[in-house]
Amino acid sequence: MIHSLFLINNAGDLFLEKHWKSVISRSVCDYFFEAREKAVEPDNVPPVIRTPHHYLINIYREKIFFVSVIQTEVPPLFVIEFLHRVAETFQDYFGECSETTIKDNVVIVYELLEEMLDNGFPLATESNILKELIRPPTILRSMVNTITGSSNVGETLPTGQLSNIPWRRAGVKYTNNEAYFDVVEEIDAILDKSGTTVFAEIQGVIDACVKLSGMPDLTLSFMNPRLLDDVSFHPCVRYKRWESERVISFIPPDGNFQLMSYHISAQNLVAIPIYVKQNISFFETGSSGRLDIAVGPKQTMGKTVECLVVTVHMPKVVLSANLSATQGTYNYDPVTKILLWDIGKLNPQKLPNLKGSLSLQSGAPKPEENPSLNIDLKIQQLAISGLKVNRLDMYGEKYKPFKGVKYVTKAGKFQQRLSEWLLVHTEV
Amino acid sequence: RLPKTARSNTPPHIYITMNEDLKEMLESNKESLKLEAMKRIVGLIAKGKNAYELFPAVVKNVASKNIELKKLVYVYLVRYAEEQQDLALLSISTFQRALKDPNQLIRASALRVLSSIRVPIIVPIMMLAIKEAATDLSPYVRKTAAHAIQKLYSLDPDQKEHLIEVIEKLLKDKSTLVAGSVVMAFEEVCPDRIDLIHKNYRKLCNLLVDVEEWGQVVIIHMLTRYARTQFVSPWREDAVFDENSEKTFYDSEGRRVDQSKPYIMDPDHRLLLRNTKPLLQSRNTAVVMAVSQLYWHLAPKHELSIITKSLVRLLRSHREVQYIVLQNIATMSIQRKGMFEPFMKSFYVRSTDATHIKTLKLEILTNLANEANISTILRELQTYVKSQDKAFAAATIQAIGRCATNISEVTDTCLNGLVLLLSNRDETVVAESVVVIKKLLQTQPSQHSDIIKHMAKLFDSITVPMARASILWLMGEYCEHVPKNAPDVLRKMAKTFISEEDIVKLQTVNLAAKLYLSNSKQTKLLTQYILNLGKYDQNYDIRDRTRFIRQLIVPNEKSGALSRYARRILMAPKPAPVLQSAFKDRDRFQLGTLSHTLNSQSNGYLELSDWPAVAPDQSVRIVEVVELAGAPLLGKSKPGKSAEKFYSDSEEEEEEEGSSSEDSSSSSSEESESESESEENSDDSNKSSSSESDSEKKKKTLKNKKLQQQKPDILNITYLPPQIIQKALLLFIMTKFFSIHIVLAFSNQFVANCRCSLLCLCVFLACQFDAVSWHVRVSLQASFPVFVPETSHELLHRMTGKGLSAQYRFTRQPCIYGNSMVSLQLTLSNSSDQALENIHISEKSSTGQNIHRFNAIERLEPQASVTVSMGVDFNDSTQAANFQLCVSIQPAVGELLLPITMTEADFTKEQGKLLGMNESSATITMTPENISSQSVNRKVVSVANLGVIPSSQENIHRRCLNLTKPTFWNVIKKTNCS
Repeated sequence: MIHSLFLINNAGDLFLEKHWKSVISRSVCDYFFEAREKAVEPDNVPPVIRTPHHYLINIYREKIFFVSVIQTEVPPLFVIEFLHRVAETFQDYFGECSETTIKDNVVIVYELLEEMLDNGFPLATESNILKELIRPPTILRSMVNTITGSSNVGETLPTGQLSNIPWRRAGVKYTNNEAYFDVVEEIDAILDKSGTTVFAEIQGVIDACVKLSGMPDLTLSFMNPRLLDDVSFHPCVRYKRWESERVISFIPPDGNFQLMSYHISAQNLVAIPIYVKQNISFFETGSSGRLDIAVGPKQTMGKTVECLVVTVHMPKVVLSANLSATQGTYNYDPVTKILLWDIGKLNPQKLPNLKGSLSLQSGAPKPEENPSLNIDLKIQQLAISGLKVNRLDMYGEKYKPFKGVKYVTKAGKFQQRLSEWLLVHTEV
Repeated sequence: RLPKTARSNTPPHIYITMNEDLKEMLESNKESLKLEAMKRIVGLIAKGKNAYELFPAVVKNVASKNIELKKLVYVYLVRYAEEQQDLALLSISTFQRALKDPNQLIRASALRVLSSIRVPIIVPIMMLAIKEAATDLSPYVRKTAAHAIQKLYSLDPDQKEHLIEVIEKLLKDKSTLVAGSVVMAFEEVCPDRIDLIHKNYRKLCNLLVDVEEWGQVVIIHMLTRYARTQFVSPWREDAVFDENSEKTFYDSEGRRVDQSKPYIMDPDHRLLLRNTKPLLQSRNTAVVMAVSQLYWHLAPKHELSIITKSLVRLLRSHREVQYIVLQNIATMSIQRKGMFEPFMKSFYVRSTDATHIKTLKLEILTNLANEANISTILRELQTYVKSQDKAFAAATIQAIGRCATNISEVTDTCLNGLVLLLSNRDETVVAESVVVIKKLLQTQPSQHSDIIKHMAKLFDSITVPMARASILWLMGEYCEHVPKNAPDVLRKMAKTFISEEDIVKLQTVNLAAKLYLSNSKQTKLLTQYILNLGKYDQNYDIRDRTRFIRQLIVPNEKSGALSRYARRILMAPKPAPVLQSAFKDRDRFQLGTLSHTLNSQSNGYLELSDWPAVAPDQSVRIVEVVELAGAPLLGKSKPGKSAEKFYSDSEEEEEEEGSSSEDSSSSSSEESESESESEENSDDSNKSSSSESDSEKKKKTLKNKKLQQQKPDILNITYLPPQIIQKALLLFIMTKFFSIHIVLAFSNQFVANCRCSLLCLCVFLACQFDAVSWHVRVSLQASFPVFVPETSHELLHRMTGKGLSAQYRFTRQPCIYGNSMVSLQLTLSNSSDQALENIHISEKSSTGQNIHRFNAIERLEPQASVTVSMGVDFNDSTQAANFQLCVSIQPAVGELLLPITMTEADFTKEQGKLLGMNESSATITMTPENISSQSVNRKVVSVANLGVIPSSQENIHRRCLNLTKPTFWNVIKKTNCS
């Protein structure tokens, strides 16, 4: 299936190659570079590129292109999903997935890639199994290894590989047994100019950090499971129980993992926590414009909105911005044409406001395009959908674990459209 | 470093100096140095730098004890073995040794590396290793073997036949770890050998949920292909029949009969759909997509909706995932709008989306448009037109055009909107609008002459060639609607002709020609001028076109008949173009495949076949649990009925695979035994042909045996060794399922004689029984009894039964215990004054009938009655069934005793022997009026049969004994008067 993998950075340097079958010359990447050049933005590179003899399937992540070479028919999603899994494994092992960390740990990267694929077919992708085969690097271990000459490589087949629950290894032991769940919800919304919801939905995930000894069997139940429109689970979750009883029953993997993700569709009413009033206008003459943005709370359920950031993609002709903010800092990048206003905590008593003038390329006509306004925010201790975890029960082990649930709401793809330009005629 | 370079004979080169370094490290004795060197070498490989001249130094370390070093050497070997074939052979023996290692991880990795060394000379060694690993105890090693199959196949395709054998073996593997990998090997090596799947189909369906996610994808794709060849279409072609209903009315009878037959889904088809459904909830997007395409290609249309939500969920995933999913949704939404319409808003475009995502979303929105939602969609599209991304804005205009042609209600609105866009400042937007307007106008030009006029006015400001060409074409085509503007435009064009693009020039020539034909008075000169310009144009096509047009429109002596038709040729009404989706023809590919994404067939794409008109034999998927018994006899016995045939056929196959030589020898001996036995029987029952081992006959002979109670024959059999009897019985069962009850009865005879072997046999028979009765029920549906007699018959009178009476009655209901049984209802009542316990039928049945006993009745209270049902197999004869009804009466403890007399001294002596464990005491509280010794005496004696021994002590009253096991009773009266 997957023949070879090339890692290419944003500047177009090929810095790692790995072949699972016979070697394919790196010149095959020329087709990729061609497409990369044509696309201008890295995001616009088509994920599947056809070359005379091969197919290139690539993903772009953390400023790295993972380009895989395929020779025969294969479901493209299979490859894409796998490449993302590779990136996630790197992140898991090295803390971050970047060119530097990959270069620094090239031997481990190679060992990992060797274990993850055999003849181009995934062999072990479960992080628990990989970690038993190849231990992640730590400063202490690398020091010990250089002194004693011991290795990072496991000598026996990980227990999980053969069992029915490959995600958990046997013989886990903790002194503090704890299980924490984070319910993270993201609001995806498109608002029109006046702030009316065009489209809104909630995407939620439950991230878990479970450090429990032995083989615990957990059951998580919700107060209002009916809210969940569509769900997808970590393989450990027993789907039958969810179907019949709407509880999540599972033997957890060890450590951090994503238990489930869910979707609350547009059919339900989605609360929009803030409103944005904006007025961006350009004058017919004089190569200038005016900008006025104000933000205020809307449906926050009594919680504080934090980490509020407003991003505006300006038309190409806008050269600079001369603004003043009542709260937070702003920054206009004339290269990417992005205006970023970092507000921070939203104070309902004193609403933040950004006001000032924009200067345009002289002589250029008034821009016709729409800028769009993206909003980022965070609300602690709130799941905007109202989802509540009822209880967590543990079976199979005798000890009493510490349990905790945290709720966070974030803005996902939260966008406000600025549909029309206000035509302002200057009177000189 | 310098001397080192000097020493090496190769020309000095920076890598070589470095590699010399590494070579020395590899040859040192220190493990850590070697490891360090290997790490650096791997670093070189990763960067794509050459390190192959180190091969001899590296290969020496292949047998290293250090596992990390070893693994890195493996990495190196796999990378360079192809280039250094001879040296690579040095390492082979190490791997061969490692293949026998007790550690499964080492065995597996040895096989992995051995099979990855692409050196043709080791093909036989690889083949051997694969065959061995395929039978390894560890599923992990077997999985590696499945991977190795593909490697060997790509190295040497001639091994195909042998590899298929291994695949066949591994397909039978029950481990979830192996399933995905072996199916992958199957797909690569022999995807056309669909017959290998039959037997494993159900197993694969059932294992699917537990297979690792990557295996799931591969298996689902394979099963999709499989199902399309094995099941009939679940899609009712009602729509097709409606369309040409008139035709079908007169059409052949056959088709109509076909249609009227209700569609019943094959249970195996349903099994696949049911078992894949939960996987829609997988976190792996590839799995979700695989299930979706399976449903798309296999499920009845009304069940399709369940995949919608999952697909929409995937849109939240990474950019690349979105791209593939949207492409597939685009193809689906053309055929089935309804599926995605409720989720329309999920396809709204965000300014932050990548361009190809935006275009795909636009495509889907356009596909979803219908009369009901068009206004919402158009409003949405209008905002896209103003996008900063101009390519996307242009695509939006195209989309508006498509909506306008598809939905006639909004054609005018769209057209007006597009005309407004003509005044847009952006050229691409204007140009695209012109092109789209041109296409729209073709549908109804007469009503829109003002738009054409408007475009004529805009002509000067439009510079994009395609747009200019479109306007010129419109002018020419509808010059009668704009008689004043068209010649003027032509005049302008004559001025700028030389500097125009080719496409514009061509349209100018066309316009000139059309005007010449319709309005020659005004345009004759202009046309001639333009034709002259075209005659000397640099472009071949334009010169060609000019020459053609001139001959066509300007009458001269050479042109003959053609010019007479010039008007009809040039001004013919042209059909309006249909604005189609770019995804229209993508459905020829299986969804979710690379070919679908690229819209062209890629290497190794496996075509999805059409549904067969008639389903192939579904029995091929039936897997027998029975794996015992001898093949030869089975091969001989030719069952007469077709219903049985498919059982025995499938068994035959099983046998051929499973039976070893040992098995067949033992079964042949047993065969001869049973044959001789049947010969004897046939003599008795006047059957002439004894050699024929027809099972029907066997059944009869057996029946005869039963009916005539021919003891000698039966005894003959009973004295055979138990093993053989067991096998003989199995044979009967397998060849002749419906005669099982006879065999059962038969077996009852032996229980006493050869218990051990028959015990397991009976268990087996019991298991078989279910399957058999099911089979019979299918073929012969029993109907309900017309009349059920109410009369009961006396079975046991209460006098003879000592209080227990029993009545029986035939219920005429089908017996639930077995098909050949007659159900009986027993009513037991207790007319005595004691409770009867544990009423059951004795297990010792005196006659040969098989009786299903009722569950033992624990306790029957006095005057109570209970009704139970039982089944008796009368073997279709009128012979009476005999059985013993057992009743137990549990006696009170006191009645088990017998009094004896002894002296007090003896009593105390005897009692002294039985202390401690044998002692038991209890305290009874009595009312004062009962404490007189007489009354206590009376009470005790009434409960237990005891003797009284006078006591010297006042408070001790009674001791007594049971005869066999002496029991001493000591009643001590404690006068606690409180």
